[in-house]
Amino acid sequence: MPFSRYLRDRKTRGYAIQAVVLAVILLGGTWLILNAAENLRRAGIASGFAFLDKPAGFEISFKLIDFSARSTYGRAFFVGLTNTLLVASLGIVFATVLGFVVGVARLSRNWLLSRLAAAYIGTIRNIPLMLQLMFWYIAMLTPLPLPRNALNLADLFFLSNRGLFMPRPAPLDDFWPVAAAIVAGLAAAIAYALWTRGHWRRTGRRLPLLWPVLALVVLPAAVVRLIGGPALDFDIPKLAGFNFAGGIRIPPEFLALWLALTLYSGGFIAETVRAGINAVAHGQVEAARALGLPAGPTMRRIVIPQAMRVIIPPMTSQYLNLLKNSSLAVIVGFPDLVAVFAGSTLNQTGQSIETLSITMAVFLTISLAISALMNWYNRRVALVER
Amino acid sequence: MRFTTAIALALTAVAGIAFTSPASAGILDTVKARGQLLCGVSGKVPGFSAPDAKGVWSGLDVDYCRAVAAAVFNDPEKVKFVPVTTTERFTALQSGEIDVLARNTTWTFSRDANIGLDFVGIMFHDGQGFMVNKKLGVTSVKGLNGASICIQNGTTTEQVVSDYFTANGMKYEPVAFESADEAAKIYDSGRCDVYTTDASGLAARRTTLSNPKDHVILPEIISKEPLGPAVRQGDQQWSHITRWVLFAMINAEELGVTSKNVDQMKASKNPDVRRLIGEDDSVYSDKFGLTKDWAFRAIKLVGNYGEVFDRNVGPATALGLERGPNQLWIKGGLLFAPPLR
Amino acid sequence: MTDRFFLREAAEPVLPAPRTTVGAAGWLRTNLFFSGWGALVTVIAVALAVAIFLPLVDWAIIQAHWTGETRAACLDAEGKKAFGACWAFIEVRFSTLMYGFYPVDERWRVNLFAGLTLAALVLPSLLSGLGRIWGTRFLALAVLFPLGWLLLHGGVLGLPMVETSKWGGLMLTLIIAGSGMVCSFPLGILLALGRRSELPVIRTASIVFIEVVRGVPLVTVLFMASVMLPLFLPNGVTIDKLMRAIVGVSLFTAAYVAEVMRGGLQAIPKGQYEAAQAIGLSYWRQMRLVILPQAMRIVIPGILNTYIGLLKDTTLVAVIGLVDLIGIIAAATADPAWLGFATEGYVFVGLLFWVLCYGMSRYGLRLEYTLAKATRR
Repeated sequence: MPFSRYLRDRKTRGYAIQAVVLAVILLGGTWLILNAAENLRRAGIASGFAFLDKPAGFEISFKLIDFSARSTYGRAFFVGLTNTLLVASLGIVFATVLGFVVGVARLSRNWLLSRLAAAYIGTIRNIPLMLQLMFWYIAMLTPLPLPRNALNLADLFFLSNRGLFMPRPAPLDDFWPVAAAIVAGLAAAIAYALWTRGHWRRTGRRLPLLWPVLALVVLPAAVVRLIGGPALDFDIPKLAGFNFAGGIRIPPEFLALWLALTLYSGGFIAETVRAGINAVAHGQVEAARALGLPAGPTMRRIVIPQAMRVIIPPMTSQYLNLLKNSSLAVIVGFPDLVAVFAGSTLNQTGQSIETLSITMAVFLTISLAISALMNWYNRRVALVER
Repeated sequence: MRFTTAIALALTAVAGIAFTSPASAGILDTVKARGQLLCGVSGKVPGFSAPDAKGVWSGLDVDYCRAVAAAVFNDPEKVKFVPVTTTERFTALQSGEIDVLARNTTWTFSRDANIGLDFVGIMFHDGQGFMVNKKLGVTSVKGLNGASICIQNGTTTEQVVSDYFTANGMKYEPVAFESADEAAKIYDSGRCDVYTTDASGLAARRTTLSNPKDHVILPEIISKEPLGPAVRQGDQQWSHITRWVLFAMINAEELGVTSKNVDQMKASKNPDVRRLIGEDDSVYSDKFGLTKDWAFRAIKLVGNYGEVFDRNVGPATALGLERGPNQLWIKGGLLFAPPLR
Repeated sequence: MTDRFFLREAAEPVLPAPRTTVGAAGWLRTNLFFSGWGALVTVIAVALAVAIFLPLVDWAIIQAHWTGETRAACLDAEGKKAFGACWAFIEVRFSTLMYGFYPVDERWRVNLFAGLTLAALVLPSLLSGLGRIWGTRFLALAVLFPLGWLLLHGGVLGLPMVETSKWGGLMLTLIIAGSGMVCSFPLGILLALGRRSELPVIRTASIVFIEVVRGVPLVTVLFMASVMLPLFLPNGVTIDKLMRAIVGVSLFTAAYVAEVMRGGLQAIPKGQYEAAQAIGLSYWRQMRLVILPQAMRIVIPGILNTYIGLLKDTTLVAVIGLVDLIGIIAAATADPAWLGFATEGYVFVGLLFWVLCYGMSRYGLRLEYTLAKATRR
C-alpha cells in the first residue's frame, strides 16, 4: 500500500493524530518542568515539601483547630482547609434555604412579593460577587460602632465592628442527666412521629403531632432539671479591655464572607428553583387541586419533589461555584485556605509552585466530592421508568 | 479553515509583542540591549515609591533605581517602574520580569538562603512599629494585650509581631490582608485597634488616613528591618553594579559630593573623591562592566544618599522622618559603606 | 297558546363585572389581597420594600451631593462626612475610572478602539441570518483585538508606547473580558469536540483539562498566572502581566464554554452526523457545515451566560495588582483629597456592572426567543 493511502486511512490517521498530540503534551510538559527545575536551581530556590514540617511563625485569628505561631505550615494548611469548609458548608445550607424561599416567592400569585423577589434576583445576579463582598465588609460591617458603643440586644447579643457576640452555653457538672433526658425525649418524640405517620397511612386519620412532640422533648428534661437543680449556664460576653470577652464571637470577616456568599448564591439558586418548578407539568398542579389538596401541600408534596429532578444538576454547579467563590476570603482578610496557604505560606516560604499546586489539588478534590455526592442524590430522586 | 488560520495569525501577532527577546547573556547586557532598566517597586507607598497624579514616579526606592539607570545609561529616566504585589515580588525577580527589586523588602536569612535573592545592601534601616488611635489612650506596646491588629500577610511583620506577643505573654487578634493598602484602610475604619508595619511605613501610611492627627506611633520598635534592594542570584557582575551604586551614593554623602558640586569636585585633591567619581582610575577594572565615571553619573543625575533621603522622606516632606539610624556612621548613625578603593 | 313558550328575542343587558375584580380595587384583590395569608404577606412585603427603598433613595438621590471639586463638597457644617451619597467624587474621578492612567493625549486610541469594536458588533446586524451575524462578528473581533492591542500598546507606526501597567479602569475590564471572550470561544469549541472525539488520547486530555479547570477557583488560576507561570518559562523570557492574566481568564472560561458547547453537540440528532458522513464530508467539514451551525443555535444563550460570568469575574484581577475598576476605586480613595468615599465608588462600579450584565442577559433572552422561532411551528 503506498504511503499516501496510509494517510487517508481513518484508523491510521487517528493513531497519527493521537501520537502527535501525546508527543506535544509530553514534550511541552517536560519542557515546562525542565525550565522550572533550571530556574529554581539557578536562582537557588528551595523546593520540595519539607517546609510543611517547619514552624509557620504567624498567628491565625479564626481557627477551628488549635494553632499557634509554633505550629507547622502543614497545620496552617488544615486551619485554612477547615475554615474554607466551614464557610462553604454554612453558605451552601443557607443559600439553599434562601434560594428556595425566593424562588417560590418569585412564582407567588402575590404581585408585590413576586416583584420583590425578581428585583432581588436581578440585582444580585448582575453585580460581581467581589463588589458585594466589599460592600458588606467595607460599607456595612466595619463602620459599625466600636465595642464600647456596640449595638446591644437585651445585654446578651452585641454587634460591633469586632463582630457579633452572643452567649455561649456552658454546661455545669449536673449537665449530663439533663442532656440524657433531652436525648431520651427526642428519641421518644421521633418514635411517636413515625408511629403517627404509620397510623395515618393505615387509618387515614391524623393524630395531633405538635403538642405531644413538644411535651415529649421538654417534660423529661424539665423534671430532671427540677429534681437536680441548674445544669446549664450561659457565658455572656462582657466588655473587657479592647473588646468583649467570653461568649461566642463571629468576626466581621466571616460574617461578610458568609453573607455575601449566601445572598449571591441564593439569587442563582432561586432562578434554578423557579425554572425547576416551571418545568413541572401544569396538569400535576391541576390534578392536585382536583383532589382537593390545599396550596401548601400541593407545593410540598406534588410540585417540589418533581421539580427536584430538574433542579439538582444546576444546583450542583451552584454549590461548586459557592465553594470556589469562598476563595474571595482573601479580599476581606478571612483566613481561608487560599489566604493562609496560597497567601501567607507562599510568601513566607517562597515556594509558589508547591503551595499553589496543593491549594488547587484540594479544591479539585472537594469539587469532585461534592459532584459525586450530588450525582448520587440525583440518581435517588431521578424518575424511575418502567 | 481560513477561520483557524486567521486566529492563529492573530495570536502569533499578539505573542510577538508580548514576548520580549530571550537572552542568555548577563543581566547587564540584557538591560543595555533593552535600553531600559526594569525596576520592581511597591508603587503605593508615598516616600518610597508612588506615582503622582500625572504618573511621575518618586520615592527613595525609585531614586535608587534611577541612580542605577544613570550609572548604566547616563540617563536616569531609562527606567520602567513595574508595580509588583507582595506575593509576586520574588517570582518577578526570579523569572527576570524585573532586574532589580526595590520594594522596601527586609533582608533576612531565609530570603537570602532559600528564595534565591541577593540583597545588595541596606538602603533604609527600619524597625517594626505600631500605630494606634489616640482615643485608646495606649502609650506603650505592653498595653496592647487583647488588641486586634491589622497586618499584611506574607510579610516579616506578620511573624515578628507573633514572636513579640508570644515572648511577652500577650494575646492579639491578627486581621491579615493581601495588600498593605487594604490593611491600612481597614485600620482607619476602626476595625482594628492597631496597625503595624515598618516604622517608616507607619509614617507614610499615616499621611493617607482620614484624620492623621488622631493617630500616634508608639515609641517601641520591636524588630530590625533592614530594607534594601535585591537582585537575583547567579549574576556576580550585576550584583556588583547594583551594590556599588548604593555604596557610591552613601560614600558620596560621606565625602560631601552632591549632585550640585560633583562637577567642581573633578578638581578635588582628595584621593577618595577622585576614585569615587572616576578621575583616578587606579582601582577601576573593565570587569565591572560600566565606564569608570559610573558613580559620577549616578551622583550628578540623581544625587547622594542624603539628598535622596531629604527629597523623599526627610523632615521637609509629608513623611517628616528624621535621619535617625539612617545617619552616616561618622555622625552617629548606622549608615556605613565599604570604601571605594 | 302563545304564552306557553317563552322565546327570548333580545339579549339580557351585559352586567358589569363584579366590582371586586375590575379596576384598581380588583387588581389589588386578585394580585395582592386574594386571601388572609396573601394580605399578610403583602403587608410584610410592603414594609420590606419601604424599609429598603426609602433610605436608599434618600441616600442616593434626595440627600446626595452632586457637584464639587474636593471632599469639602460632601462635608456638613462641622466638617464631618454628611449623610447622602457623594457623587461629586465619581465626577472628579470619572476619566480615571474609564481610562485608568492611560495618558490623556493618547486616549483617542482607546476611543477609536472602542468605536471599532462597537462597529464590529453592530454592523453585522445589517446583514441577514442570525447564525451568520455571530460568525461575522466573531471574525471581526478576532481580527480587531490583536490590532487593538497594537493600537493601544503602541511602539509601532510612530505611536508612542503606553505600558500595560498604565491601562486601567473600565477600559482594562472590557479588554480583559473581551479578549477572554474572543480567545475562549474557539478554544472552548475545540475542547468540546475533543471531549466527544473517538480518539482516546484527545478525549482524555480534553476531559482532564475541562474538569481540572472547572474544579479550581479563578483566584488560584490568576495567582498561578502571576506567580507560578513565570517560573515555567525559559530564563529571560517574560510575558506581560496583563497578557498572563488574559491567558488565565481565557483558559478558565474555555472550560466552561466547552461544557455549554457539549450540551449543544449532544442535542444534535445522531442522524445529522450520519447524514454528514454519508455525503462524504471530512470531519472538519462535517463540523463546520452541518453540526456546529445547528449546535450554535442551541448554545448561544448559554455561552452568553458564561460570558456574563466572565465579565463579573474580571474584578478578580485586582487581587494580582492590575488596576481594573476596583483597583481605581482603591487608588482613588487613598488620595487624601477624597478619603472615606469608598462606598460611593463601589456603588457606582456595581451600577456599571449591573447595566452591562443586565443588558447582556436581556439580549440573551431576546436571542433565545429569536432563535427558537426557527423551530417553532
